[in-house]
Amino acid sequence: MTTAVAAKAQVRTAMNPRRYLGDAWRRPISRAVVKALLTIWVTTTLTFGLIRLMPGSPVELKIDELIQTSNGSLSYEDAKAIASGLFAINLNAPLHEQYLSFIWNLLHLDLGNSFLSSGTGVTSIILAVLPWTLFSVGTGLLLSFIVGIGLGLLAAYRRDSLLDRVVSTGGSLISSIPNYLLALLMILFLGVQWHLVNFTSMRGAYTSGMQPGFSLAFIGDIFYHASLPITIYFLTQIGHWVLSMRSATLSALEEDYVTAARARGLSDGRIRTAYVGRNAVLPLVTQLAISVGFIVGGAAVIETIFAYQGVGLRLLAAVTQRDYPVIQGIVMLTTIAVVVANLAADLLYSKLDPRIGRAGGASG
Amino acid sequence: MTSAILAQPTLGQRLAGPWRASVEFLRLLSRRPVGLAGFIGIVFFLLLAFVAPLFVPFQNDPSLVDIYLTPSPAHPLGTDFQGKDVLNQIVFGGRDILGVALLAALVSTVIAITFGSIAAIVGGRLDSTILAITDVVLTLPKLILLIAVAAILRPTSFVFLAVILGLIQWSSLLRQIRAQVLSLKERDYVEAARSLDLGLFHIVFREILPTMRSYIAIHFIFAMTDAMYAQVFIVFLGLVPVSGSNWGIMLYFAQGQGALFFRDSIWYILSPILAITLVQLSLVSFASALEDIFNPRLRGSA
Repeated sequence: MTTAVAAKAQVRTAMNPRRYLGDAWRRPISRAVVKALLTIWVTTTLTFGLIRLMPGSPVELKIDELIQTSNGSLSYEDAKAIASGLFAINLNAPLHEQYLSFIWNLLHLDLGNSFLSSGTGVTSIILAVLPWTLFSVGTGLLLSFIVGIGLGLLAAYRRDSLLDRVVSTGGSLISSIPNYLLALLMILFLGVQWHLVNFTSMRGAYTSGMQPGFSLAFIGDIFYHASLPITIYFLTQIGHWVLSMRSATLSALEEDYVTAARARGLSDGRIRTAYVGRNAVLPLVTQLAISVGFIVGGAAVIETIFAYQGVGLRLLAAVTQRDYPVIQGIVMLTTIAVVVANLAADLLYSKLDPRIGRAGGASG
Repeated sequence: MTSAILAQPTLGQRLAGPWRASVEFLRLLSRRPVGLAGFIGIVFFLLLAFVAPLFVPFQNDPSLVDIYLTPSPAHPLGTDFQGKDVLNQIVFGGRDILGVALLAALVSTVIAITFGSIAAIVGGRLDSTILAITDVVLTLPKLILLIAVAAILRPTSFVFLAVILGLIQWSSLLRQIRAQVLSLKERDYVEAARSLDLGLFHIVFREILPTMRSYIAIHFIFAMTDAMYAQVFIVFLGLVPVSGSNWGIMLYFAQGQGALFFRDSIWYILSPILAITLVQLSLVSFASALEDIFNPRLRGSA
């Protein structure tokens, strides 16, 4: 009798949609996806509001400008129609319809047209520059992560040795210098004062006239042009990874499972990689995702200083030219790129750490 | 702040009052040369930015015959592209930078403390809502957002800029404060206060936050370095209407005038770079020394 009641109760909870949703929410993967979608939605809505609702909004400014440049031959309505076309929105529609069509266009990757070169879609402008930023930022970040983890692990194992002191002091010193100042110092000393690097020939993403393709010469050229930004991303990030990895390793070394592994007579090398290193590096993976957002933002100034044709340089050009559709498009697309990177890191994290993946499924 | 160094205060130390605590603090600090240097650096730059301008006359007259002079007794750091004295600009250019950094750090710390502790103590749905918002803000590429916001709002006053910076950077601190409060919440003395029904306000401000004073002070300093980074970033890119003189504006002009490429202008461009870097280094090394002092578990050798 009691078993029948229990079975019935179990069936009821299994059917309960709320319970089902709750279970899905407890799964880290679905939570990460929901979080990512929410972030993208917040950014796009924020951009929508900022561009249209602010006093002196870019749309109104553009309408005023159109009327002024036409010396009054253009009526307000005509100017509004032109501005509507430029922003790819219908300004006469009620706000909620504007918002819905904005989202609809966004889903079709239609971000309107550039103010300056009319007829050029914002999407194609961004797609031309985005790969270069992702390439340089990604390379710099991965290099600094790998080298930083290695050095941090080493420093923790040789705690208070000369190596540890040099690495941890050097790491905290170099990571507290703002990246744009480091870039200026590099140009100042390596380029101007000592003439070691010919940084004018390194401007742009690749040498003009070069045929893009999978040739060795072209790949070499890409790395040559990206070498200064990559060096800066590497130098400004490495301190952080060294210090985080060092402290994560130090706390992992105190764990009981390390003592247990030693007692079981496992080799030092195996303990170092499979036990200490693996557990210490896990929390850093999530930090990797957060720093993607930071570096992509920092890329704006680094690309400006080195004249590297990435998203950041294009964004600043759009800001000085007040090309608002381009600004809006770049802000939204970089956010989406960063959010997707975060999502990938979250998924990777739950893959690497089985405890996380099992959190919701322990009972079933 | 100084009395908070006693992470586990003995009775004697507690009775001795703030003076003894400050002496003890300086003694602990003096054992850490890097931290002490940072402390001295901070005091020096605060004096330079807020006190020195009261005693030095402001020189703002361009002099076309004195462009890009190398250092001399008359111009200890040389002159800029208009023949203005660089040292004078360094002296008068610190107030805005440090003021904005302080104000922005204050705004973000207050937001983080308020909502972080509310989330941790109230818990439940409010906690998950605050945490979800924080997670979303944490993922946003802040500098890109800052560029867009500055381009559209065009902040003209430095107070406004500081508030924008503060509103952008509270998210990671909120998470940390929430985690801290969550662990402190289970301690016996908080339990005691709760069983005495002393109220949320009392529990947060009289029981939990005083225990976290050192932690908050450290993170306030780190928030200052972040705010300073973002501020010089936005000024250097020329995204805030340029007026007055501060180190970021000096960099902006140095870049815009191509001062980077003259061999004689090196002192002009190095001065703001060094000033900003030294302030950042001082703040970071002082904050890490504080961390070291306040967190005895990490102190000494294991």
